[in-house]
Amino acid sequence: MDILANLALGFGVALSPFTLTLAVIGCVLGTVIGALPGLGPSNGVAILIPITFTLGLDATSALVLMTSVYYGAMYGGRISSILLNIPGDEPALMTTLDGYPMAKKGRAGDALVLSGVASFVGALLATVGLMFLAPLLSRVAYHFGPAEYFALYLLAFCTLGGLASRNQAKAAIASCIGLGIAMIGLDNTSGMPRLTFGHLHLMDGVDFLVAIVGLFAVAEVFFFIESHGRNTSIGVRLERVTVPVRDIAASGWTMLRASGVGFIAGVLPGAGASLGSFLAYMSEKSIAGERGGFGTGVPRGVAAPEAGNNAAAGGALVPMLTLGVPGSGTTAVLLALLMTLNITPGPTLFTDRPEVVWGLIASLLIANFVLLLLNVPLVRIFVRVLQVPPWVLLPGVMMVSFVGIYSLSGSYFDLLLMVGFGALGYLLRKLDVPTVPIILGILLGNHMEDSLRRAMVLSDGDWTFLFSSPIAIGLWLAAVAGFVAPMFLRPLLRKPNAGSG
Amino acid sequence: MTFSIRALGVSAFLFGAAGAASAAECIAPANPGGGWDFTCRQIGKILHEIGAVDKPVQVTNMAGGGGGLAYSHVVNERNDDPDLIVAASSATATRLAQNAYAGMTADQVRFVGAIGIDPGVIAVAADSPFMSLRDLVEAAVEDPGAVAFAGGSATGGFDHLKPLMILMEGGLTDITKVKYIGVDGGADAITQTIGGFTQAMTGDISEIVGFLKAGEVRALAVLTEERVPGFEDIPTAREQGYDVVAGNWRGLYVPRGISDERFREWAEKLAQVAGSDQWMEAMAANGLAPFTMVGDDFQGYIDSLIADINRMSKDIGVIQ
Repeated sequence: MDILANLALGFGVALSPFTLTLAVIGCVLGTVIGALPGLGPSNGVAILIPITFTLGLDATSALVLMTSVYYGAMYGGRISSILLNIPGDEPALMTTLDGYPMAKKGRAGDALVLSGVASFVGALLATVGLMFLAPLLSRVAYHFGPAEYFALYLLAFCTLGGLASRNQAKAAIASCIGLGIAMIGLDNTSGMPRLTFGHLHLMDGVDFLVAIVGLFAVAEVFFFIESHGRNTSIGVRLERVTVPVRDIAASGWTMLRASGVGFIAGVLPGAGASLGSFLAYMSEKSIAGERGGFGTGVPRGVAAPEAGNNAAAGGALVPMLTLGVPGSGTTAVLLALLMTLNITPGPTLFTDRPEVVWGLIASLLIANFVLLLLNVPLVRIFVRVLQVPPWVLLPGVMMVSFVGIYSLSGSYFDLLLMVGFGALGYLLRKLDVPTVPIILGILLGNHMEDSLRRAMVLSDGDWTFLFSSPIAIGLWLAAVAGFVAPMFLRPLLRKPNAGSG
Repeated sequence: MTFSIRALGVSAFLFGAAGAASAAECIAPANPGGGWDFTCRQIGKILHEIGAVDKPVQVTNMAGGGGGLAYSHVVNERNDDPDLIVAASSATATRLAQNAYAGMTADQVRFVGAIGIDPGVIAVAADSPFMSLRDLVEAAVEDPGAVAFAGGSATGGFDHLKPLMILMEGGLTDITKVKYIGVDGGADAITQTIGGFTQAMTGDISEIVGFLKAGEVRALAVLTEERVPGFEDIPTAREQGYDVVAGNWRGLYVPRGISDERFREWAEKLAQVAGSDQWMEAMAANGLAPFTMVGDDFQGYIDSLIADINRMSKDIGVIQ
């Protein structure tokens, strides 16, 4: 009952014609920002900070605008993943794996509608989780020290091998390249610059958005140039857009499970939406097994990462609101925005400022429904992108990439780096090395290394510290199982397949 | 109408705002939302409101190299720009002291002043056996490995140096044995301390406000000369016998090549902002304590601060 009363308070704060207008504007803006390569939810929200400052928006309007841009960008990221094989932002990375193959089969519209519904389910469940469990879940962070975080990131890397269906060694090489790139910059534990060659531009390390846009978008353009614009992997067949009721029904459990996994990953500070969508995809893949066909364009492979990353986006709000600890890059920007509105998140926020918390929750729900309503009909417009001839589309992609990356830091150095990554991506694809593990290495490598180094500092270099808590041991066991299981299970599963085929 | 303003704002963000030649510009050497961004936006806004500048101050975000990119930009390309101010803090001084700006030195710009400080604080979990700073220091002097600190800056950063200064005052000689982990911000440092992974947290007072109210942490000391208004029940380190004053000040620097007259003008304008009601409000809302020091006094303060940090960084091996 308490929750209902609070929710009523929240809707009372957040529901007015003006805020609804803001929500629609925010959702559209967010969807576009999310879909453009190089611009993700964190840029989307960062744009808002100076704007709320200049427009003098009150706290509630600013919150509504900000959550709708945040969720809008989380929805929008999938669009370019599915249509162009270029992730719009880092959480949408995993959606390329099945979303693009599905679009290539001529089911782009189905993939978009299905992923939109999956996003809705993930975000809705996460918001409900935030509503009921936030004060309780905030205690979870107190049980995660350096050893536990290290085991968690290790778990992610141990399941990476399963990502490459054909050649696990190449996936391993790719993740090592990513880890190597993650080393660049100021080492957090010693304060020493590494691999920067004295360049100030490299001190903060390589921004993963630069790597994503380079490896995916720019590399795609290089392929287009090589083929003299005749045939390119962009430009998939287009069929009529319907609501794929059967796919949605068949992915129901997948969405629920992926939402759960994503939400938990989001709740842990530092893990974030990328880890959420990754773990959601990998766990669904292992549940489906070899015959699930993940990676070839199956609906469940589209639903899992989208439900996972949107649930993680909601989950990341838990530590942000209850502890003031941002669980991802975007929540770090949200936190900064709350601070400029004189709202200090922390353990007392839920009791001190209920109107802010419940106003935020109500705006999340509003944004989520607005996005579902916008997205399903809008799919018809999005898929038209595919009718644009590549010689128009690709220069456009290139231009958006340059503008997006330049807006990150205003430095031409990042543009050069992006083109460099494009060349690397071109080369690696020629060698049939998957590029997704590289991005994951860059995204998670620093966190994993920092956790290990912190654990070593605290324990005076005693390795047994890494197995010193039940949570850590559990994560280690899962990591070992994730690494070893495919080696044994694969041959077993392949036999009946070979027999029947 | 509202929408068109927003659209303009977005396009300015996307395409990089072009600077108007005559208006003053404040460079925040970080992305929107951080402390430097706050400094530029607040000071810029108040400068215009009190009539110290004719046109609104334009804020440019130039993130990179922990402020090093903006520093190099000012030194190399804007060295005689009279209308340029740049946000600075203790982190700027720390990085200059540790040669973290690719060989550039503090004398390549002029420090105008600071007008507010986020007081340093040492905190422990509510159930910690350490009841006072003295308990903590004595335990650490006896066995430097027994007390691990968590803070929001990297090793060798300002949050790391604070407990080291206190422990040196307490008679600890081998400060390299003190355990410190740098995590992602002050709130994360508290989480690790409440979770029992580290024994104490070192940071700024604004970072622990929510946790203090919830009764989850106990602040052992603030690192200021007097007790902080609004937090009168937290004793200073100085009262407990450790003469350490350290806080994260918010201030500005300007290019080296401008005239002395122009430098004095900026110092005066900054002093005006410090005395304004708007700044008092902004400080109260953001957990800052008054700390005004402008002009040549401030340059002297910076020089000695940098010398201190440089010496200590050599002691702990962050620099050679």
